[in-house]
Amino acid sequence: MYPALLLAAEPSRLISLGGIDIAIIAIYFVVVLIIGFYLKGQSSTGEDFFMAGREMTAWIAGLSFLSANLGSLELMGWAAAAYQYGILATHWYWIGAIPAMLFLGIVMMPFYYISKTHSVPGYLQLRFGEPSRALSAVSFGFMTVLMSGINMYSMALVMKVVLGWDINFSIWVSSITVAIYVALGGLRSAIFNEVLQFILIWVGALVIPIVGMIEAGGWDGMVARIHQNFPGGDYTHLWSTMGSFTDNPMGIHWTGIVLGLGWVISFGYWTTDFLVVQRVLAAKDLRAAKMAPIIGATFKMFVPAIVILPGLLALAVLPFKLTGETAALASGGHSYNEVLPIMLARYCGPGLLGLGITALIAGFMSGMAGNVSAFATVWTYDIYRAFWRKNAPDAHYVLMGRWCTVLGVLVSIGTAYMVMEFKSIMDYVQALFSFFIAPLFGTVILGMLWKRATGPGGFWGLLSGTLASVAMWAWVKLDPSALRYIALSPNAKDMAENMYRALWSWLICVIVTVVVSLLTEPRLEKELAGLVYGCTEIPSEAQVPIYQRPMFWATIVIVVFLALQIRFW
Amino acid sequence: MPKHISIWFFTGSLLLVYGIMILAAGVWGLSHPPEHPVVLASLHIDIWWGVLLTLIGILYCWKFAPGKE
Repeated sequence: MYPALLLAAEPSRLISLGGIDIAIIAIYFVVVLIIGFYLKGQSSTGEDFFMAGREMTAWIAGLSFLSANLGSLELMGWAAAAYQYGILATHWYWIGAIPAMLFLGIVMMPFYYISKTHSVPGYLQLRFGEPSRALSAVSFGFMTVLMSGINMYSMALVMKVVLGWDINFSIWVSSITVAIYVALGGLRSAIFNEVLQFILIWVGALVIPIVGMIEAGGWDGMVARIHQNFPGGDYTHLWSTMGSFTDNPMGIHWTGIVLGLGWVISFGYWTTDFLVVQRVLAAKDLRAAKMAPIIGATFKMFVPAIVILPGLLALAVLPFKLTGETAALASGGHSYNEVLPIMLARYCGPGLLGLGITALIAGFMSGMAGNVSAFATVWTYDIYRAFWRKNAPDAHYVLMGRWCTVLGVLVSIGTAYMVMEFKSIMDYVQALFSFFIAPLFGTVILGMLWKRATGPGGFWGLLSGTLASVAMWAWVKLDPSALRYIALSPNAKDMAENMYRALWSWLICVIVTVVVSLLTEPRLEKELAGLVYGCTEIPSEAQVPIYQRPMFWATIVIVVFLALQIRFW
Repeated sequence: MPKHISIWFFTGSLLLVYGIMILAAGVWGLSHPPEHPVVLASLHIDIWWGVLLTLIGILYCWKFAPGKE
């Protein structure tokens, strides 16, 4: 879900921190470690370590669910995208997230939660059998640590560009801190720190839009200044420029946004990526598990205020123009990717600057903690226990989880250094990650909603969807003119290609799953209890007051979501 | 369910410490203006932000103090 970004080759310092800023950052590191040590004593069983004891309130699970996604690359990358593409970048926060998060809470969460699975691959094992679990667990585990390493390298590079910090220092200090607090306290420690990090991200980043809007003269003043600075460009409309591939700077059609991003990619990420789903599985009961994604969606709707708005404000108020990375290097200017730190330095003096940088570091650490805790769970339960040691004592698996956390961090560090040497790896790994998301969503959604889906259907659908995605990606790489078939237009750009490739691979997964399922023996309905719609008794909410029902709050969120689309049409 | 210190207490403590530090830096800046002030320095956003964080920190520390729940 990240845009391509942050690949400066010749870093130079953008911000100088004072003593108080350094102190604020140092205090943050001390506090997250204190939390890790404090929670160590409460993570002695597998259920505690991997599932946080399944005792999180809806608020804590919901904020953690969102925070695990709100990494610093997310913040800086989409702020850069907002400067480059304008408010179109908001699609990744609204239609690219809100409907999927609500769908997870209302429709899918009952099956995840009632089945008492510990992971998404674990659900696939219950529903489709071991082959599907093995395929998704291995691909998830492998890709998660690689992505974590790529994010680590990118963050260290940002710290070098923005603060002049040594890359090795940034990589080792931040990753060792994450390894310590997750290895000690498990998922509970990761979740607690993610909530803390979520608050810090908001209090650290909110200064920019507040002061920026005062400087720009409110929304209308900002729009007027953007028109003045960039005559002819449309940076402030969400949908009105999406009628044609050539009418907007992203080179994308509304069908790609709605079907590719809003349906397949968004639903794939938010409902089947175990990195985020794990947080909700830690909820204390089914109602909390259903409410957590709705709470997350509510806050997600307002994240553009601290991510997209700074990019738009930069278009309005900066006295110079930001360019692409190559042009910035050639001219000695600044690139889009530096827009958030530039705006931070514009409005924040000593103290506030340290808080803003702490917000970026907190964002990075929350993303990394999410990766390693999810990796430790999938490795221990879905690979190690499933295929190596089925009946070891619980304490053995907890120990494996702790070591696996450290191992995951070390592999991530290795990946970071590998990317440092061979930067093209980053493109390949990001593409690889996208191969699994869309087909996995097809497999899981059919598994939950269609009781006729069979084990062989699920496995072959997942495998064929993934292979089809790889084949389409390779086809365009080898023959760029194939874009006209994959993305339906020769004018489509990278993002449009990703959207349509996801859509086709999801469709192939669904078609293969349906065909193979119809040709194979169905499972008995009693075996599907707790796993599939129509075979699962979902607790009634008739006795719960309407204002406490998840559906009530989901309806409010969707109404606000629609109002925002109309307001910024 | 084991009793443990609420995450909101940790959050409140950190916001309180940060609020005091940022407020102090803002007040110090009144008497020692920086050589290159930030844009809209006249708003003294650091003082306002410091006060806000301090108040939120105090509220959370008080409401979620260990042993109170």
